Amino acid sequence: MPLDRDAVRHIATLARIKVPDGELDAMAKELDGILHWVEQLKEVDTADVAPMTGTVRMALPRRRDEITDGDCRDKILANGPETAHGFFVVPKVVE
Amino acid sequence: MTALTDLTNAGARAGLAKKQFSSEELTEAHVRAVEAARDLNAFITETPDKALEMAKASDARRAKGDGGVLEGIPLAIKDLFCTEGVLTTAGSHILDGFKPTYESTVTANLWRSGAVMLGKTNLDEFAMGSSNMTSYYGPVANPWRRPRGPKGGDNRPLVPGGSSGGSAAAVAARVALGATGTDTGGSIRQPAAFSGIVGLKPTYGRCSRWGIVAFASSLDQAGPMTRTVEDAALMLQAMAGHDPKDSTSVNAPVPDYRKALTGDIRGLKVGIPREYRIDGLAAEIDKLWQQGIAWLRAAGAEPVDISLPHTKYALPTYYIINPAEASSNLARYDGVRFGLRVPGDSLDELYENTRAAGFGKEVRRRVLIGTYVLSAGYYDAYYLKAQKVRALIANDFTEAFKTVDVVLTPSTPSAAFAAGEKMDDPIAMYLNDVFTVTVNLSGLPGISIPAGLSEDGLPLGLQLIGRAFDEETVLRSAHVLEKAADFRRTPAGVT
Repeated sequence: MPLDRDAVRHIATLARIKVPDGELDAMAKELDGILHWVEQLKEVDTADVAPMTGTVRMALPRRRDEITDGDCRDKILANGPETAHGFFVVPKVVE
Repeated sequence: MTALTDLTNAGARAGLAKKQFSSEELTEAHVRAVEAARDLNAFITETPDKALEMAKASDARRAKGDGGVLEGIPLAIKDLFCTEGVLTTAGSHILDGFKPTYESTVTANLWRSGAVMLGKTNLDEFAMGSSNMTSYYGPVANPWRRPRGPKGGDNRPLVPGGSSGGSAAAVAARVALGATGTDTGGSIRQPAAFSGIVGLKPTYGRCSRWGIVAFASSLDQAGPMTRTVEDAALMLQAMAGHDPKDSTSVNAPVPDYRKALTGDIRGLKVGIPREYRIDGLAAEIDKLWQQGIAWLRAAGAEPVDISLPHTKYALPTYYIINPAEASSNLARYDGVRFGLRVPGDSLDELYENTRAAGFGKEVRRRVLIGTYVLSAGYYDAYYLKAQKVRALIANDFTEAFKTVDVVLTPSTPSAAFAAGEKMDDPIAMYLNDVFTVTVNLSGLPGISIPAGLSEDGLPLGLQLIGRAFDEETVLRSAHVLEKAADFRRTPAGVT
């Protein structure tokens, strides 16, 4: 199925990136071209192949469930574009 | 005496040890060189005051008899590494004004080894690119130009490659003794090849990713960019090591990499993968590859024809996995916690406006592709399929390394191209990484070393690929190849 302007609008909403209506067709054509190119993978037989999620062939290490970091509120807020009273400020989300 | 800016790391260490010059003098010479080379646009942020302060501290340590492996050596840092209190941009508008309150593990390791920071180098936005053209801070010029022939000829500025383009240009132009890079699909090795320097991508897990702006987490790896193989060994020594803060960092001892540079590769089996002789491979690239085989054979190694049958699927696999991981990692840029914020009437609109204004074209393209291949209904057809083909690509190398010790290929399909070329066709740009991307998908170590010049006088690189965590064999064979190639040419303006 070719990627059309409605599909681009949908994924742009999922990705929270505003794409102006005037750019939807051009973006659809470009993304469709890339998807068409990657579809050559269909010719590879992967029936008995397990998906590879990473290259490190070891179990992820575990640590004790204890607090090792924290108490650094001001550091976390230091780069916030808008902060107040020890919080990040965002537009009103609850009426 | 050689100019202070033309020394190798190893040479500078010797000079410092013999008290021929201080780190302050060495650093001062490099700070001036950085200023003189501003036309290249290699740096986003210069940190001369910090550099001189670090150099003085290094001299004080040396006076007390202390010192690490890179004591007093001035380096450039790709602006993808978070540096405490120093602007860190990832080449993106969306990180406007971001000053990390912490230091990346790799840079912290370098400073603990005595190195000095000259500044933060330019890169493709979020390391997405092969030309350094996608940086919000503008393109970087390659210090190399095509020499003007008697009839004039094409002397346009060339790209330094990418994404670590600023780091490559800084090292090639002799304004830093070395630089850090990161390599997700070729971003250390391709710019190293285009700029006539050495670039090493270590095994995935060798260097901590903590504090490096995340791009595609299963592929990203930091590594050194230097003018010699010995310098790469020295720098990797300082960068590598286990870090509990990166769960994929491997807890294994870091060998003394310089001890690997024995010059002896007799009996080493060198795989020559037939699938890398791609359709339309430029004659000059093939010629250099054959020359590389001849050099290794003359040194006593045994070339062996091998097959890596899934090579042709590596780029399409990469361009599913990479955008998928990028779209997930880049979700954190929301206009709330750091960087750029473009107001909106609702929280969603604030996100959408901020991300539309803050991300450049290539970043938006990859986030959208990644969102698509991960979305309901398409996940199995694209992302899961790519993960399975990735397993086959990695298995090709596992099979090959049962019979060979190292693999030799060209680094790139061409020499550096002009700024602005390949910008209209994303796939043409992606093809730059055709020889490098398999190494990231498989998590292996790979190095590019300058091995010759193209017909129009530009550097070309050869790549050596090794077994996982066998950087020693990679460095040992690269060192032999470097000696045979005897690449002494420097870009115009560097004497």
